[in-house]
Amino acid sequence: MPNILESQNLVKTYGDFTAVKGITFDIKEGEIFSLLGPNGAGKTTTISMLSTLYAPTSGDATIGGYSVTKDPMAVKRVIGVVPQDLALYEDLTAKENLVFWGQMYGLGGKSLTSRVDEVLEQIGLTDKAKNRVKTYSGGMKRRVNIGVGLLHKPRLLFMDEPTVGIDPQSRRAILDTVKDLNKQGMTVLYTTHYMEEAAELSNRVGIIDHGELIALGTQDELTKQVGETETLILHIGENEDPETLAKALSGVEGVQKADVTDHEVSVITADAKDILAAVVGKANERGIKIRSIDIREPNLEAVFLHLTGRALRDT
Amino acid sequence: MLKLLLIGIKDLKLMFRDRAALIFMLLAPFLLTIGMGFVSGRFSGGSTGLSDIPVVIVNLDQKELGNALEELFNSADLADLVEPTASSDPEAARRLIDSDQASAAIVIPQGFTDSVIPAEGTTFDSTAVQPAPVQIEVYANPSRPTGAGIIKAIVDEFLSRVEEGRVSGTTSLVGLMQSGLLNPQDVASEAQELFANVDESESTAITLKTDTQGAEAVEFDLLAYFAPGMALMFLMYTVSYGGRSILAERSQGTLPRMLISPTSNAQVLGGKVLGIFLMGVAQVGVLILASSIFFQVQWGDPLGVLVLILAAVFGATGWGMLITAFARTPAQVGSTGAAVMLIFGILGGSFMSLENFPPFMQTLSKITPNAWGMDGFVTLALGGTLKNLTEPVTALLIMGALLFAASVVLFNRNGIAQQ
Ligand SMILES: Nc1ncnc2c1ncn2[C@@H]1O[C@H](COP(=O)(O)OP(=O)(O)OP(=O)(O)O)[C@@H](O)[C@H]1O
Ligand SMILES: [Mg+2]
Repeated sequence: MPNILESQNLVKTYGDFTAVKGITFDIKEGEIFSLLGPNGAGKTTTISMLSTLYAPTSGDATIGGYSVTKDPMAVKRVIGVVPQDLALYEDLTAKENLVFWGQMYGLGGKSLTSRVDEVLEQIGLTDKAKNRVKTYSGGMKRRVNIGVGLLHKPRLLFMDEPTVGIDPQSRRAILDTVKDLNKQGMTVLYTTHYMEEAAELSNRVGIIDHGELIALGTQDELTKQVGETETLILHIGENEDPETLAKALSGVEGVQKADVTDHEVSVITADAKDILAAVVGKANERGIKIRSIDIREPNLEAVFLHLTGRALRDT
Repeated sequence: MLKLLLIGIKDLKLMFRDRAALIFMLLAPFLLTIGMGFVSGRFSGGSTGLSDIPVVIVNLDQKELGNALEELFNSADLADLVEPTASSDPEAARRLIDSDQASAAIVIPQGFTDSVIPAEGTTFDSTAVQPAPVQIEVYANPSRPTGAGIIKAIVDEFLSRVEEGRVSGTTSLVGLMQSGLLNPQDVASEAQELFANVDESESTAITLKTDTQGAEAVEFDLLAYFAPGMALMFLMYTVSYGGRSILAERSQGTLPRMLISPTSNAQVLGGKVLGIFLMGVAQVGVLILASSIFFQVQWGDPLGVLVLILAAVFGATGWGMLITAFARTPAQVGSTGAAVMLIFGILGGSFMSLENFPPFMQTLSKITPNAWGMDGFVTLALGGTLKNLTEPVTALLIMGALLFAASVVLFNRNGIAQQ
């Protein structure tokens, strides 16, 4: 598969703060590529440069063979963008929004009308098409926001955290839509800070943190980086001190790494069953009460933890 | 070009859905126009325009000039406009005014003619120092400023012709009268012609309209002053509302979204500007239509009105853009816009004729689209046509162009996508 997107050392600085510190990656035609990273990692900034909204401070990218810095107009015709924050006219109806944005993408006449109807069907809002967007629920607005990005059937669709702040049902619908679109041949660049979404959707994942791409590959490739390890997540009582426990556990035999993530302690080990008793014993010894324990197979979360020593989610 | 129009029309549509904005754009100026109409007495008496202004004339001079002035007021030409009554007692006349029985009293003192024209027999010596003429008094009724103002205007005009004659010797009206070549009726029509000239060249709240035949119809509808005054003032609200929408679209993400569609920065900015322009034209258009329908305001030459609206909105749009280019948040545009609206409203003569302002304020008023717009609308209401609008229209177009250039420079420096 040829590359539809090639990013070369993209850098973006705001004043003396560097939000994106030289990101290089490719996206193959037909795949779903996820950029996984915590808040403030630089996902939106990267998308803004790729979609020609902001000029990169240095570096360049080509999309469909066109340079984002030299031929932005050609790039814009290849891509569709679903921005992280809703970008809609609340005083217009869903249909009016779709018609306006369709026109902005050069659609008109019959093809516009039929495309708008198609998209309304796709996002499940045909019935409410004539209501103003401001009367919609958060989930419905998100769906319109996505619909706008689909109108002109872009070859490459950027979706910037499209599921943030919505109910599980709408989230499910959105993830299914993404998969459908991909089956129909659309290439997708999807950003998220949910490990599960990246895991479910993507062929390949780039992990981004503090403006740097710290890992890149298929899920298997990435989890192999962590090695044949498992993660124990220890949930402790509210009044307990996770730092103390983490320190104590670091000395336990078989523990590769023990870190505090929020109010949990994550322990990376080769085999969870082997150290379980020792871990619990150590906690008891320190008088720290463990409320529950999860054992996790290697996953993207573990990869992130392994690479940064921090949890992906800060909630 | 198409995209420009699409963006502009979208903004117009959004404006008509924003009820709060419509109140400011349409209802407020409309109600204020009515209010100003009541304050100025436009709706009392049921007649349109000014007519039959009651005036008391006390002619103590009883010689050529005094009689000429009295006859001027009694002439057929002014019959519709004024309703003169004669009196011989200045005190009684003043009392009539104080008790609101008439708009003004004119007291022509004894010896007025003699103070102007040397008595027969004395040789006329233009180099000799002449005594100042005895003053004619216009005792005005403060509760009827418009009527009193017109009476005063007529007397002033008469006196300026007299003064002209006095300075230039005998060539003018006085000389002609003295030599019997001109009778008082002619003086009246001479004065009328003069008013007509004044109308063409100047604009004031209270000017006299003479139709081209030069005959009767002396009429100026005050609402033809207040209606455009209010429309122009609230036009400043609309352009800052439009400017605010640029920043609002930026923070609500729709501006960036337009910029990442295959649309150039220039098209997006142009479309937003067109949107402001269309909103302004729609607003002023609706207000003008409403006052023609509800108040029978005569706006004058339709083509002139159209061109003037377009030019005034263009100039005002420039201000809207400049305010926007300087502001950081939509709220800042809103508050700056409101302040500018009031300042321009006052400075531009939306409430009060610019003639009442000191000269430096009159000069300052030239930076407002309001002043030029008022100039144009009054010219039209007084019977002027597109031909007479060259000055205000040119000024408004230059104003708009300069302000656009300045705001585009500012926008480019800050980048329209970045916050
Ligand atoms: N216009 C700006 N000016 C200054 N700093 C900015 C600007 N935009 C973003 N940043 C900073 O750049 C960094 C990256 O921001 P970005 O929005 O790209 O992160 P993100 O990965 O999309 O995060 P989130 O998951 O919260 O959306 C953050 O630290 C942010 O504060
Ligand atoms: Mg983001």
